[in-house]
Amino acid sequence: MTAYLLKRLLIGAATLVVASLVVFLMLEVVPGDPARLMLGMSASDAQVELLRDQMGLNQPLIVRYLDWARGLLSLDFGKSYTYSVPVIDLIRERLVVSLPLALIALALSTLIAIPVGLFAAARRGKAADTAAMAVAQVGVAMPNFWFALLLVYVFAVWLRLVPAGGFPGWGNGVWPALKALILPAFALALPQAAILSRVTRAALIEVLGEDYIRTARAKGMPQRAVLWRHALRNAMIPVLTIMGLQFAFLLAGTIIIENVFYLPGLGRLIFQAITQRDLIVVESVVMLLVATVIVVNLLVDLSYALVDPRLRTRQ
Amino acid sequence: MSDAMPQKPETLAELIGRALANRSFVIGLAITLLIAAMALVSFFWTPYDVTRLIVADRMQPPSWKHWFGTDHFGRDVLSMIMIGARNSIAVAFVAVGIGMGVGVPLGCWAAARGGWIDEMLMRFNDLVFAFPALLSAVMITAVFGPSAINAIIAIGIFNVPVFARVARAGALSIWPREYILAARAAGKGPSRITLEHVLPNIANLLLVQGTIQFALGILAEAGLSYVGLGTQPPMASWGRMLFDAQTLMMVAPWLALFPGCAILLAVLGLNLLGDGIADIFDPRTRRRA
Amino acid sequence: MKQWKTILTAAAIALASSTAAFAARTDLVLGMPLEPPHLDPTAGAAAAIDEVLYANVFEGLTRIGSRGEVLPDLAESWTISDDGKTYTFKLRSGVKFHDGSDFNADDVKFSLDRARGENSVNAQKGLFAPIDTVEVVDPTTVKVTLKNPLGSFLYNLGWGDAVIVAPESAETNKEKPIGTGPFKFQNWAKGSAITLVKADGYWGDPIGLDKAEFRIIPDAAAAIPALLSGDVQALPNFALGDALAQVRADPRFKVVIGTTEGETVLSTNNKKPPFDNLKVRQAIAHAIDRKALIDGATGGLGTPIGSHFAPHNPAYVDLTGTYPYDVAKAKELLREAGHPDGFKATLKLPPVGYARQGGEIIASQMREIGIDLQIIPVEWAEWLKQVFKDKDYDLSIVSHTEPNDIDIYARKDYYFNYDNPAFNKVIDELNLTSDEAKRTELYKQAQKILADDAVNGFLFELPKVGIWDAKVEGLWENSPIQANDLTKVKWTD
Repeated sequence: MTAYLLKRLLIGAATLVVASLVVFLMLEVVPGDPARLMLGMSASDAQVELLRDQMGLNQPLIVRYLDWARGLLSLDFGKSYTYSVPVIDLIRERLVVSLPLALIALALSTLIAIPVGLFAAARRGKAADTAAMAVAQVGVAMPNFWFALLLVYVFAVWLRLVPAGGFPGWGNGVWPALKALILPAFALALPQAAILSRVTRAALIEVLGEDYIRTARAKGMPQRAVLWRHALRNAMIPVLTIMGLQFAFLLAGTIIIENVFYLPGLGRLIFQAITQRDLIVVESVVMLLVATVIVVNLLVDLSYALVDPRLRTRQ
Repeated sequence: MSDAMPQKPETLAELIGRALANRSFVIGLAITLLIAAMALVSFFWTPYDVTRLIVADRMQPPSWKHWFGTDHFGRDVLSMIMIGARNSIAVAFVAVGIGMGVGVPLGCWAAARGGWIDEMLMRFNDLVFAFPALLSAVMITAVFGPSAINAIIAIGIFNVPVFARVARAGALSIWPREYILAARAAGKGPSRITLEHVLPNIANLLLVQGTIQFALGILAEAGLSYVGLGTQPPMASWGRMLFDAQTLMMVAPWLALFPGCAILLAVLGLNLLGDGIADIFDPRTRRRA
Repeated sequence: MKQWKTILTAAAIALASSTAAFAARTDLVLGMPLEPPHLDPTAGAAAAIDEVLYANVFEGLTRIGSRGEVLPDLAESWTISDDGKTYTFKLRSGVKFHDGSDFNADDVKFSLDRARGENSVNAQKGLFAPIDTVEVVDPTTVKVTLKNPLGSFLYNLGWGDAVIVAPESAETNKEKPIGTGPFKFQNWAKGSAITLVKADGYWGDPIGLDKAEFRIIPDAAAAIPALLSGDVQALPNFALGDALAQVRADPRFKVVIGTTEGETVLSTNNKKPPFDNLKVRQAIAHAIDRKALIDGATGGLGTPIGSHFAPHNPAYVDLTGTYPYDVAKAKELLREAGHPDGFKATLKLPPVGYARQGGEIIASQMREIGIDLQIIPVEWAEWLKQVFKDKDYDLSIVSHTEPNDIDIYARKDYYFNYDNPAFNKVIDELNLTSDEAKRTELYKQAQKILADDAVNGFLFELPKVGIWDAKVEGLWENSPIQANDLTKVKWTD
């Protein structure tokens, strides 16, 4: 187990190094100059050069990469070109939006998907199963930004129950902040829930076909107990895998939903930073997300061992 | 797939019969064919010419003249949906092609060789998977400029590891089979075995994955175009239409309704088709049937 | 379901009205599409900086009023020497910066010297180039000497880039702006909102708001629900396009269409073939249907222009008839120019609604005469690099929002690549002329030359679409400069 963990960590670290190179080099070739953008059409070339010097943009490529990479190791991501504040502060400001949003969406998705999956698996082949899975198919096919638009018009414009977008900040109370996150979380969660419920159902059906379940049933264990006590636990591995993937997706893939609700999250930060050519921000946020994906995947693998004791001894 | 393969090959007629009895497959195929037909027809004919903007006719609600109404430039929405179908299919098709064309050989190669080649491939897969796909697509289009072609490339790149993984897993399960051992004994090399024995036996897996990625490709194209990074005007795109429509939800709701439904329908059709194909080829369901 | 909705709406109304029952409101949330990169108007070109801070947090020696007039601000009066070179400003006394320090002549000297100094990153450094010396006479008197007389000097001092900052806070203004205005900076939640609150001990007239929040709303799609749901009470300058109709029908809101200084042009690379051929440019001009363009790109609100000049300016001449919309004529001209079958070219469009939507319409109109335009959307950073700096473009659409900027056509190496000695002569003469009647005459000549040369496709004057709660008053109707002056804004009930 330790050797396995060590190997995984090493591979993760190597992936990060390669990723940092890819990201850095890719963004080097983005056309446009943050200094010129800042100063606009009236400024002279000499002034733009001066600002580039101040921003540290005129140093050689390799020096800038090493500076940045060294900073990453100590969680010092450098200073934003446009905002001229430490990048880490920007990330922290955005994480308090993106992280709760991803967690709420994941929780919603799980709370919807697992019961639906159980329900459908228990009534496999019956009308209720078919209906539930038909709805799930539609949910999978629904573009989440379109769903988000519909939600805004029903719940914000028509019913006026929640704000149409924006984020008041946690400083103004927990409830207003949560209210601002409900619709985007729901828009994100529905397609994910549809996928997860299908996976849950399939995994359960797989498990229900196995011998020990048949034995439990033959012994007269009630259906509900079979489902909850044995089947669900053993069906958790594929479910957890998907949930891990979904969490990583939710953290990074909210760009479009953040646009619909103009939430100041990580996705919008990247979007904005790309258009403003604030490359150091883009690079750092992307690295953060890549690292998150790697860590989440590792945690998912480890959680297999917790769910299924058989795997604990294998490696 | 474990035991059924080489024993008693069923006839094509039997296969078709089984396929037609599968509800997912039939519905999925019908929807997919409808969308494909729409796209095909759009090459020869659309109700109106969408490259000519007739601003005076703008934002007309659905009527007999314009079934789906007109947009903010006076273009016929039905015509745009038809051309949008062509665009979505083209983007998703090429993206899947890139993914298959690169990923499948890589996966088969890794399975045939094993060892460090296999290890490298899997690490490369991990690397690509570690990049959030949508985010990377946004970066790629920022670097190379927003266009349909760059959207295709961005989506295609992320299809590569998917197909590599599926092909590798499928191939690994084929290699220990007896008929492969026989082929090796007959002196066939790994590439010939892959071509003659492995690929035909994992084709159904790849087909299923292909429909799934096709559907995801349509969603991805719509998403990228919706944020302005995908298909550019004057080419019509469903995502782009939604982008244009979103400010007009109260004034002209049909502008947001029809493209959204088109995306939903296309993705739904493909997913059902994929499920159907998977069911048809799944030996367990076959035994049951 | 229906009943539910009624109950819920009733509850929402009850909640909303219970808080509004007291005295008039003193807070306002304004929506703006772009976030400022930082909060120092003297160190950046972004209009969003001025839109938050100008006249609210920072003040200059002079200021620009709602009709574009020059008004005294931190300088309560001034005298100009007979040769027009020396300006002596009498400063207001008793003015304090928000950090409590006193405002005096040293701050003025510091600010002007900083803006024109060697290490200046002021985006409008050129405005300060005519200054020769700045002297402190006494704490409330400053003498500024110019190299040459300059009629627009007092106007230039009213720009956001010329506001007065204190030496102690100049370096930190980007994050924590310290000015002398009626509002002081409170908080900036990046990506989300900037909050200003009433400053204590303001020298001028008392203001009607205690708190103003500028909320960043990136696009019209998000702005409309925000407005309709009451989250935002004013969108002082927001291009809503066709969606405006639904707000217009709503009596809760006031829609005010005003003017801007933005001449929107189809920028043309005048040195690049085939656009170096006058006949090609004339053909393009004849092929543009301004009516359809204005309807499609601005919801019918823009004013057509025939040259590079604002229609509300007294010196404006209507030249929209120089090359009227005439497809046959346009084709004929293309044939004469040696392009009977048209040609291919590119159209680079910056990320603003009027350009992206206008671009689609222009491309469609050009297709009618055989010119096949490939649309290339670019971000501002790319636009500045490729189009503006490297002049690597055929056509582009952009609004030139600086006031009275017809002289850009006389600038060497400007991105239009236009070079006409006759035009340059008119501008040179204009710079030396102070007689108003004569200046008007010269302006008219300049407009005519540009129109005849079809330098660019002259499209329309950008409208300022302001929408705010019907109970709010005092917001600017027009946009003579990019600002949201809140000093006169108040709620009426």
